[in-house]
Amino acid sequence: MSAEHADYLRKLKRRTRLTRALRTALFILLILAWDGAGRTGLLDPFIISSPLRVVRTVASLYRAGELFGHILTTFYETVVGFVLGTALGVLIAAVLWFVPLFERVLDPYLVVLNALPKIALGPILIVWVGAGPEAIIAMALLVSTVVTVMTVLAGFIEAGRDKMRLFETLGATRTQAFFKGVLPASVPTVMSALKISVGMSWVGVIVGEYLVSRRGLGYLIVYGGQVFKLDLVMASIVILCLLAAIMYYAVAFAEKKIGARFGRQ
Amino acid sequence: METSLRLRDLSFSYHEPRRETKAIEGLSLEVGKGEFVAIVGPSGCGKTSVLSLVAGLYAPSSGEVEVLGMPPALARKRIGYMLQRDELLEWRTIEKNVLLGLEIRRELNGETRKKAMEMLEKYGLGEFRRHYPNELSGGMRQKAALIRTLAASPELLLLDEPFSALDYQTRIGLEEEVRSIIKQGGYTALLVTHDISEAICMSDRVLVFSKRPARVKREFVTGLAGSAIERRADPGFPVLFDSIWKELKNDERGAC
Ligand SMILES: Nc1ncnc2c1ncn2[C@@H]1O[C@H](COP(=O)(O)OP(=O)(O)O)[C@@H](O)[C@H]1O
Ligand SMILES: [Mg+2]
Repeated sequence: MSAEHADYLRKLKRRTRLTRALRTALFILLILAWDGAGRTGLLDPFIISSPLRVVRTVASLYRAGELFGHILTTFYETVVGFVLGTALGVLIAAVLWFVPLFERVLDPYLVVLNALPKIALGPILIVWVGAGPEAIIAMALLVSTVVTVMTVLAGFIEAGRDKMRLFETLGATRTQAFFKGVLPASVPTVMSALKISVGMSWVGVIVGEYLVSRRGLGYLIVYGGQVFKLDLVMASIVILCLLAAIMYYAVAFAEKKIGARFGRQ
Repeated sequence: METSLRLRDLSFSYHEPRRETKAIEGLSLEVGKGEFVAIVGPSGCGKTSVLSLVAGLYAPSSGEVEVLGMPPALARKRIGYMLQRDELLEWRTIEKNVLLGLEIRRELNGETRKKAMEMLEKYGLGEFRRHYPNELSGGMRQKAALIRTLAASPELLLLDEPFSALDYQTRIGLEEEVRSIIKQGGYTALLVTHDISEAICMSDRVLVFSKRPARVKREFVTGLAGSAIERRADPGFPVLFDSIWKELKNDERGAC
């Protein structure tokens, strides 16, 4: 290694360290500011809660044996909505790719469905599937399916344009071209659709819980708001942040691992 | 001489909503069995379109294509098509890429696999069997693409500017390799290129295409023997080069 390269590496390391340090510092600063604003009377702790009160709330939820029930409910609904939504989305995208006539005919419908705030359909879903976890999952499913169809279909079409000539010259059927070429080539697109769809599922689930639930983090947030227990609201939001981040990073990790194998040219 | 490919008064147009592009008009040509014919012509003149028609990917507007004495649709399995880009699938190893054509035709068995592996070995890619395409150089990738084409045992090979994406040195080396592979294998080959030297070094006969719509403007029998490198050193080479160059140049003047 040349001295110049060593120098470059040293600078790079220093930059990474600086980023990490500032990140941590910002986090501590935010917590302190949050805490300080309440303590000094700048803002009413009743309205903004405080880090300590959040921790206490979480602890008391835990002691009451309710914490994991709420977390698991929300987590379960999200995962089910996400997995089903993705599977269904990919399936629909595949059918649309196979039958371009469907794709052409349905295009404006998809566009409208995508533009529509799916939350508006909440009351209808409740009437259709009942005011229970089913409605919540249906909401998550709806939200994540539509984005998945849009993203993945675009990926299929692009991959098809790119790979079709090879498969034509090899005398492949459309089915062979799909499974041997288009689908694997679209794995990176599908993976990035997953990242969007996981976020969408959280939105669907929390909104669903606002509307119908008796359990789950969304329910805690609404309930806390209604009875002015802002500690409960804040505590639920903090837990939600953690969960959402964990799930996002899990998907991003999978994307990196699997995406690299199917990497674009 | 037996004829492998015969085009008779062939015409073909692309149709788009706002225009019609006449790519080929009144094109006739023949390629004998075991012959190596090169097509040179200005870019956009319809060379790729001719190969698409020969491969049966499109149907002609009028005229006739006869491959090995039958319509291209029936001869499909006996045609090998090598594309400009190698189009190796990044998620498959070289071995699996080479077997793709056989897999698609459901002709993959112990024997065909063995033959393909022997080809990899013979053409110097044996040790890269389990490697992924992105670990290979451009020249090796293109060679893997050639083996993918040859693994399905075609009789007629269509090569569409297969070296145009490679750097000069790799190109010269590969030209000779591919030429000798094709000659030794006894394949009939139709090579499209816009590189005059490449056409002369590799083929028995060079067809100069007119500007679009494509037809044969003139043909040159190279009459050179030996490897691509030896041909480049032949006193006949610059003479041929010059004639073909002039023929192509001629067209440009007429165009404006
Ligand atoms: N799929 C297509 N649709 C419409 N026009 C096309 C298509 N493919 C090629 N063309 C047009 O046909 C002409 C001949 O194209 P091509 O056969 O690819 O030429 P070459 O291979 O000699 O460069 C060009 O003018 C090109 O723009
Ligand atoms: Mg071309």
